[in-house]
Amino acid sequence: MISIRGLYKSFGDNLILKDINLQVEKGETTVIIGPSGSGKTTLLRSMNLLELPQKGTIKIGDKEISIDEKSKIKQNVILALRKKTGMVFQGFHLFPHKTAVENIMEGPITVLKKSKQEAYSKALILLDKVGLLSKKDNYPHELSGGQQQRVAIARAMAMEPEVLLFDEPTSALDPELAAEVIRVMKELSNEGMTMVVVTHKMSFAKEAAHKVVFMEQGMIVESGTPDYIFNKTNNERLKQFLSIID
Amino acid sequence: MNFDDRTLRLIQIALDSLWPMLKAGLAFTVPVAVISFSLGLIVGLLTALARISNIKPLVIIAKFYVWIIRGTPLLVQLFIIFYGLAKVNIILDPLPAAIIGFTMNVGAYSSEIIRAAVLSIPKGQWEAAASIGMTNIQALKRIVLPQAARVSIPPLFNSFISLVKDTSLAASITLTEMFQVAQRITAATYEPLLLYVEVALIYLIFCTVLNAIQGKMEKKLDRFVAR
Repeated sequence: MISIRGLYKSFGDNLILKDINLQVEKGETTVIIGPSGSGKTTLLRSMNLLELPQKGTIKIGDKEISIDEKSKIKQNVILALRKKTGMVFQGFHLFPHKTAVENIMEGPITVLKKSKQEAYSKALILLDKVGLLSKKDNYPHELSGGQQQRVAIARAMAMEPEVLLFDEPTSALDPELAAEVIRVMKELSNEGMTMVVVTHKMSFAKEAAHKVVFMEQGMIVESGTPDYIFNKTNNERLKQFLSIID
Repeated sequence: MNFDDRTLRLIQIALDSLWPMLKAGLAFTVPVAVISFSLGLIVGLLTALARISNIKPLVIIAKFYVWIIRGTPLLVQLFIIFYGLAKVNIILDPLPAAIIGFTMNVGAYSSEIIRAAVLSIPKGQWEAAASIGMTNIQALKRIVLPQAARVSIPPLFNSFISLVKDTSLAASITLTEMFQVAQRITAATYEPLLLYVEVALIYLIFCTVLNAIQGKMEKKLDRFVAR
């Protein structure tokens, strides 16, 4: 589903991603873990080109983009890739001037050119799925953080993406509110949604991931099944990281 | 008695002058202010977008325009447009000259207000819009500008209210707006204190109406802002 080859990214002299190679299978949940500053968020944001890497190849579904330092990527190529992905942010980023249901309808109407009725009925189904049908006419500031994040998930799903990207979706939430977001994410994972999740919630990785990727200093140091990563690895850095985080 | 005669005369002048002043206010001051402000907002929006665009020639033109307008007195600008341009055979009537001058002025000041408002919208809003596949223009139109509008209402109304008062400068380029009518009646009656206070009160009433409109608009757009 996603195939990343030879990805490099730097901010100025600071090399953030070094020769990243990653394969994400269709229908699987891939969790990226690692210490702060290891490049996991940058890697995730590169997948829908919110960050533009300097070099490498990104393939999502049947859309492939090769990036090198010289050629400039066209806007329509970027948009085509983004349409295949949905993104959920740490800070939710709901549109504050739109109600919950309008937030979800925005993409289908503006980008997919769907009719209002079609977008509306679809939005209601998604709101129901994240358990917030009763909040459809509320503005984001009237919702709790957990509710906002669930609306954000529905907003991303409304574009019918082939893959959902989660950037530390529960880091800004109290444990209680995080739990309701995690519940929705697990459901999606069980239904066979392809997901890439950057998180510090090891419990989510253990229970929902098909594959766990450990990053450090801009490189993928170790990857494998949750069982391998959490119980069997011989990698010293990974063991150290896991011992600190638990 | 002498005192009563004087009072009666003042009341008479005040009443007689009220309608001519008000008429000039409604025929010139209000339309000039409303038209110049509306056109000025369009100029201001385009200038702000040019500044934000990162397209070098556009940025330079926008900066130059704002620099010139903000750095020179409005009265001098009006004189250049009305008296100065006539020298190179661009002869304008007082009304269009005033509207051009005020529009340029509002455009420059409001561009800075709009630019600041757009930049005040968190980057996450642009990214969220991008993540659902919107182009920059779609994100600007549907996500960023509606939020920026709310932020910019108080400073924009500052500009609008300033403009209503600044229209009095057009008296000096022979436009028969409200202040010029007050000056004419003063010349005939020689009651400057009475007439200038009277015209000041009419400006105050106009601006009070604008205050009320501002409050209404803020309330309307407040529904999505956390309280």
